[in-house]
Amino acid sequence: MKHLDGNVLAGPAADLFAFEATTALGRCGACGDVAALAQARVYGPPMGYVARCRSCDSVLLVIVEHEGRATLTMRGLRWVRVDA
Amino acid sequence: MRGWLTATLVAAHRLTATARGLTFSVPDWPGSDAGQHLDLRLTAPDGYQAVRSYSIASVGPGSEVELAVERLPDGEVSPFLVDELELGDGVELRGPLGGWFVWRPGDTRPVQLIAGGSGVVPFVAMMRSHARAGSAAPMRLLYSLRTPEGAYFRDELSQPGPHVTTTYHYTRAAPPGWSRAAGRLTAEDLERATLPPSDGPLTYICGPTGFVEAITAALTTLGHSPDTIRTERFGGT
Amino acid sequence: MAVFGGRRRADDPDLPPGQYLTHDFPVLSAGPTPTIDPDDWEFSIRTETGGIHRWSWPELLALPSEDITVDIHCVTSWSKLGTGWRGVSLDTLFADVETGLDFVMAHSYGGYTTNLILDELLDGQAWIAYEYDGEPLAPEHGGPARLLVPHLYFWKSAKWVRRLVMQSEDHPGFWEQYGYHLHGDPWREERYA
Repeated sequence: MKHLDGNVLAGPAADLFAFEATTALGRCGACGDVAALAQARVYGPPMGYVARCRSCDSVLLVIVEHEGRATLTMRGLRWVRVDA
Repeated sequence: MRGWLTATLVAAHRLTATARGLTFSVPDWPGSDAGQHLDLRLTAPDGYQAVRSYSIASVGPGSEVELAVERLPDGEVSPFLVDELELGDGVELRGPLGGWFVWRPGDTRPVQLIAGGSGVVPFVAMMRSHARAGSAAPMRLLYSLRTPEGAYFRDELSQPGPHVTTTYHYTRAAPPGWSRAAGRLTAEDLERATLPPSDGPLTYICGPTGFVEAITAALTTLGHSPDTIRTERFGGT
Repeated sequence: MAVFGGRRRADDPDLPPGQYLTHDFPVLSAGPTPTIDPDDWEFSIRTETGGIHRWSWPELLALPSEDITVDIHCVTSWSKLGTGWRGVSLDTLFADVETGLDFVMAHSYGGYTTNLILDELLDGQAWIAYEYDGEPLAPEHGGPARLLVPHLYFWKSAKWVRRLVMQSEDHPGFWEQYGYHLHGDPWREERYA
């Protein structure tokens, strides 16, 4: 299955974060690659957004939205950096 | 969910046989940067909702937002927006969204834009932004589409401002006497029609996933660094 | 004023509530399609005592198989009626498996997981399917082999299935962890937890 870019996270992330998430940098917990979340490979819509590392495919974050609720996990990111 | 704004359709015009330009009035719209997108939500009488993302053709401050919607053959939302939505009707919008696939006039680097079909929409916003700012940055658009009849905003694109050029590429049927027969974009086409790596361009590619992947691979082979390429892939319906 | 209706949903008594009929076969995955060499492929069932029942690709194909026609229902609202598959019934695969546990976690090549109730995999309710519509199952649809459990939402029919592991509780798999229903019965519209 072909993937989308992390740009598509912008909408769902707008409900979860106060900052613009797709330009935030993240470090992959598995391989250490540092990239903007916009550069992640996104699978899963419309069930959810599974953002995977562009380098090693490991899951960085998952957002599932339904019925007015959003569930987020970011376990695959060692850190996220946002410009103030 | 937070952030949904009420929008009213105030203008609409046909772009092609299958696409329509829509202008919405959105009282609380904060304006947008070139390349951003929005989410559009429709609600049926029984409460069923459908949400789709669209790139924004308009740019800058103001409370009007312009979109271009292509009617997809098996679509759920696009046939409604292209064939049924009437002036005065309301939808909900969330945005503007995205900060990565954006061009801002303060950037003086040369810019290469490569569009596959309706992927041209964010680039219309970028060209408008470039013109309004009087930017001197070289900006080139390579617009790949099936036939000349499918071109969006043709009049506007054929009168680009200074430092901007548009090159069309046809994949199914080219006009008579066209310099290149119809067919998929090749590495040679890209080499001929796009800014070379030595110019240090920032490249934006927008279109269906297969198109974006093929072009990215070809540009990398031509010597462009992946760090200088930003992509926006389209999904399905 | 134009009124948005969305796709016709559940006009048809053959469709569970909130579903619409499609003639496509949409592809949805949580990750990239794994490339699996048939020489390396293996399916196993693992029990709580450490027992492992294994089948290589030729061994799977040598087992008695069934041609079945079933309706499938995706939680994203599309349903496809009368789909044809060939596969090995889990009754055949579980025939010699001894377990005292009631729950199963399905694991796939690529890391996907989904949880199921053992009783719902037996008595003709589930298969390891390797052909769709008379052809070898395409990789994008789960080939070489996927779990097929048509009475539940299709995210439970794990693509690229690799092993079934008995578990003492109904621990959630991938989508279930993020808010999808532990059970997933389309006729009771069990989409979300």
